[in-house]
This record gives sequence, C-alpha cells and structure tokens, in this order.
Amino acid sequence: MNIASHIKYFVNVQVGARSYIRLKRRQGARKPRIPLNWNTKCLAPPLKIDGLTKELIALHYLSGRYADGRKSVAWVTSGAPVEILQALGYYVLYPENHAAVCGVKRKVVEIAGEAENAGYSRDICSYARTDIGAMLSGKSAVGQLPKPDLLLACTNICQTVLHWYRVLAHHFDIPLITIDTPFIYTESSDADIKYVKRQLEDSIPVAEQACSRRLKYKKLQDVLKMSKDASELWLQIMQRGRHRPAPISAFDQFIQMAPIVEMRGKSATVDFYAALLREVDERIEKGIGAVVHERKRLLWDNLPIWYRLRYLAEYLGERGIAVVASTYTNAWGELAPFMDENRPIESMAKTYIHPILNRSTGSKLETMKKMSEDFHLNGVILHSDRSCKPYSIGQIDQRNKLIREYGIPALLLEADHNDPRSFSEEQTASRLDAFVEMLEN
Amino acid sequence: MPANPAALGIDVGSTTVKLIAVDRNGVILWHHLKTAEPRVEPQVDNFFEMVSKKFGDVSDIPLVATGYGRKLVRQAARQITEITCHARGVYQQLGHGGTLVDIGGQDSKVIIINSSGQVEDFTMNDKCAAGTGRFLESTAGRLHVDVDQMGTVALAAQEEAPISSTCTVFAESEIISKIANGIAVETILKGLHRSLISRIVAMIRSLGLIPPLMLSGGVVKNPAIRSMLSEETGESVILPELPQLMGAYGAALMAL
Repeated sequence: MNIASHIKYFVNVQVGARSYIRLKRRQGARKPRIPLNWNTKCLAPPLKIDGLTKELIALHYLSGRYADGRKSVAWVTSGAPVEILQALGYYVLYPENHAAVCGVKRKVVEIAGEAENAGYSRDICSYARTDIGAMLSGKSAVGQLPKPDLLLACTNICQTVLHWYRVLAHHFDIPLITIDTPFIYTESSDADIKYVKRQLEDSIPVAEQACSRRLKYKKLQDVLKMSKDASELWLQIMQRGRHRPAPISAFDQFIQMAPIVEMRGKSATVDFYAALLREVDERIEKGIGAVVHERKRLLWDNLPIWYRLRYLAEYLGERGIAVVASTYTNAWGELAPFMDENRPIESMAKTYIHPILNRSTGSKLETMKKMSEDFHLNGVILHSDRSCKPYSIGQIDQRNKLIREYGIPALLLEADHNDPRSFSEEQTASRLDAFVEMLEN
Repeated sequence: MPANPAALGIDVGSTTVKLIAVDRNGVILWHHLKTAEPRVEPQVDNFFEMVSKKFGDVSDIPLVATGYGRKLVRQAARQITEITCHARGVYQQLGHGGTLVDIGGQDSKVIIINSSGQVEDFTMNDKCAAGTGRFLESTAGRLHVDVDQMGTVALAAQEEAPISSTCTVFAESEIISKIANGIAVETILKGLHRSLISRIVAMIRSLGLIPPLMLSGGVVKNPAIRSMLSEETGESVILPELPQLMGAYGAALMAL
C-alpha cells in the first residue's frame, strides 16, 4: 500500500469516478425518464431508483478498477461468507456478478469464447467460462477487473466453484480459502454448524495475513448487522409482491438484487434498499403494478436469463402475465433471520449452510409451494438452466409434483443463464404461448 | 356453390400447410394439405384463393392460425399454438381426454388432455430434431428409401440394429458405418424407429401417461411408429380420422 497508489485511487475514484457519475446523473436528468423504446402499454415505467442502482454498481466497479495497491482485493463466490472480508477492509469482487453484467451487456460469447479457446468445455457453467475468459484475456464489460490477493470459495452454491477457484488460484498464484458447507435436507444439525464455524475461524488468520490487518470483532459485528438489515429490507421488498397488482416484478428484482449480492455488509446497501422499499410502497399506494394489466401471476425458478430479461418481461407483460416472485432473488432475503451480530461466526455458519442450492430438491419444492400460496400464484416457470446443474437437477420431478400434487401449472423452459447460444427465441416463445393458453383455460 | 363455412383454421407447419373449413357444428366441409414452401405468405395467399373459389368470398369468415408459421398469416384474427389446437381438434373428434402424442416435422409434443378437453400439461422436444419427423426424413435420404415406405420396411425386419446417437446428424454417420459393415437396410431402419420412439416415450414418461394414448401428426402415416409406440408403452394407440389435420381442425374450432 504505497502513497502513489493512494493518490491514484483518490484521484480516480474520489474525484474522477464521482465526477463521472455526477456527469452521467446530469445527462440522465435531461433524458426522458421513460426510455423511448419502453413498452408502456404493458409495463410500468422503470423504477425511479434505477439511476441510483446504476451509480452504485458503476462506483463499485470503478473503485475496484483502481484498488490495486490501495486496497486488498478478494474474489469470492456469490454465497460466500463475505462479512469477514468486508470487516477486514477488502475490496470484494464477485466474478458471478461480473459475468452477469457481461451477460446483460451481451459480451459473454466473446469473453467465454476466450476460455473455450483455451480448452474449457462449453458444458462448464457459463459464469465460470466468462470469468476464466476474463481472467485469461483481460476482457470485461466494466473496463478492468482488479487482480485478487485472496480467493474465497464456498461450496453452498455448487461444486463447480471448487475447480473454478483452483484455476484462479493457480493463475494468480494467491491463497484460496475454501469453506465446505455440508449438504442439508431441511435444516442443519449442530455438528454441521460446528464444522462450518471451525472453518470460518480457521479462515480468519489466512485472510488477515493476505491483507496484513487484524480482524476487529466489533467491526465484524457491525458488518453482519448491516448484512442482516439489508437482507431484511430486501425480503420485505420482495414480499410486497404479494400485493395485487404486484408493484415489483421478478425481472425488476433481478436488476435490483445486485447490491445485496455484491455489496452486502455496507451502509450504502442498507440505505439503497430502504429507498427501494419506500418506492415500492409508493407504487402500492398509487395502485401501480409492474405489469399494467396483471391477469395472472407466476413464480420464476432458477437464475434469470440475463441476456433476455427485457424480452421476457415484455413478452409476458403483453399477455397480462406478471412474474411476481422468484426462488433465486428470494435466496438473498430468506436467510436474514439466521444472521445475529451477537454470535457473528456461529450465525454466519448457520446462514451460509442454508442457501436454497445447499438444500434438498424436496426442500426447494416446499419453498416453491409456500411461495405459490403466499403470493397467490397461478403457475411456475422453471428455467432449466444448462449452466446451473445444482439448481436444475430435480426440476422435472418438482414440476410434476407441483402439477399433480398441488394443482399448480408449471412449465420447464430450457435455456442458459448467461450463454445466448443455448437460447432459442422461437422455441421459447412457442412454449410460453402454449403455457399462457393453458393458464387461460 | 356449397354453403359458406362458419370458420376456417390454418396450420402452417414446417413440413406441410393445412387449411380446414368447418360449419357451425364443427363438421369439416373442406380441407386442403400441401407441402410447405419456403415463403409462407404467398403459399397462404394461394390457399385462400382456393378456398375462395370453393366458397366465394371468405374474408369475413373467422380464421385462426396455428403452427410455426402462424404469425405470418395476416388474414388470421388470432394465432393459437399447436398445443391448444391439436388438443381441441383431437378432443372434438374422439370425444375423450388422455395422452396425445403429436409427431410433427420439426417438433414433437406430448399433451395431457383432461376430461373436459382442456390442456392440463404438455412437453415438447428440446432443441434437437431427433424426436421428430425430420429425423426419419433425413435418414431416409441416406438409406435411399422412400420416406412413405420406411415404416413398412422397418416392420418387416427380423433384427434391429441399435442406433446409439441421439443426434440426427451423428445418426447419419452411424448409419453410414452400419451400411459399410453390411448390415441390412431394414435392420437399420428398425433401429432408427426405435431410437425415435424411445425419445417420444421418455417425453411421455416425463409427464406420466394418462390413458388412452392418442396419436396425431404427419408421422402417423408411418405404421412402425404406431406399432412400436404401442409396444413400448403397453397401450393401444388411438388415431383420429384425419390425424395430420388436427391442428388446423382445432384452429377452425377455436375460430367458431
């Protein structure tokens, strides 16, 4: 951490990046609030908070761009127990989020292609391919990614991360912390929590050494409290989807979830979700629905199709279909009750054992059933995601049980969350049309 | 000139285009089927000239379009998917629900129809032609067998050569290798049919078969498909009177 890098960071982030954001804000203020190509006949105007969301994300990536030499950098998996690193002052980058940004900006084929050219199979997760492609080529949708000093992979989302992060560790020649979370069927046992707690404790000296700092217990408590507060707000926002018409759709949630994933444990994230909750409540007061003529309400299971969010929102919106909830966005809110700043390590252990992807397929089915009841849903779209095997396994049985045992219509839709080469627009439209017709019966 | 029809239904499929005219009771007055041409719109116009010659001006008669090219039929008041139309047509003809298998040129569908004639569940083949009529068409060319004769030839085979490839293109390479090894054409053909049927049966099982089992679509003309589907599922296969026209018929009924 030298003085030159501090000055570079200050000039570029505190002065340059903030000026850039102010400029963008002024430019944005001159543009019409509703984009000209926005389909206002079927969708509510974009959320007012969209501008702030973009600023938060832009500032996050811009501060990362100049972090080298100024801040220690950690690359982590989306379900990683990040609070320890946040409390140690790391700049934390989520390769999965970066890959999703590349997906939204239609950069995946080019960047993942770099990994494929290096021999990584197209059967590997498209997030992993995008990240490895970015690592190998330096290509990015956000300018430039900072080099990591530490890697943190948690197995609570999939086993691919074990191999993926070993590739990163080998390439960057840096320490890798792996947190192994035992797979659970419904709830964790005391032994499970003890096992993960021990790993978290063991990870602290490694993380401290990589950044040359000591973890302050009080700071960890504060960070965890902010994680919990933001997660609780996020959960409340999503639960507002129970209202008819739903003020916020799952497609809106896919965009607005970025801070809860990549900026957990920060006060700005808590403020952001408090503001979003106010806006959602304002929509409810005014009777504004995310879909203008909401007739049917659906649940989305699995990751979004990042490169077709707007297309799907409009396609369904035109038919009066509001996708009002999603198991994916719910995953970043449903664990809030487990977080307890008075027992930070133990409660983190419990929290990070319980993500939906670390629970059984039966438990996921129960989550879908409960959400269908709570949100008064007419059906479920299960995105069979070629890339995300742990999320997609069991979907055929889950679909059949939703239909047969619970009487909830369900559709299996084949695609990939980040690779547009696995998406067929005509076939998707055909299935969606038939499903909508079935719901109308 | 015969009485004007009450409704029209057109099914613009990937292999054939079908047009049906029905009276107010849903009785078929006239139908026409032709191989699909690459340009949909002129062909559809041509169909309308034919139906106009038969019944006079039909521009005020309600029309529903279905099939892959349904969105290109500008004369249609509504577009409805093949899933809904096939279910409606078959239910009207047979008078009961069950499991309907429709094997078309470009896709295959399994549709669960409830006792009221409504679609309760459905599945379609994934992004692959191996479970469709195109699979047979493509391999018929490689074996120099007329596509209309494939089923009869396959049924005559005493033995069956397994085709392990699930991909139409790779199956062709496998066929070449089997021909080179001196395996009889009918033996290969039987294996090919088994391969297609096993994909269809997997789709049926993914939904759960609710008897009776019904079959529609152009591939129905192939006797081996009927026979092997029955053999694999243990259910007898029921066919509507005009299996290839069920999409267009359902569309016409929806237009009523």
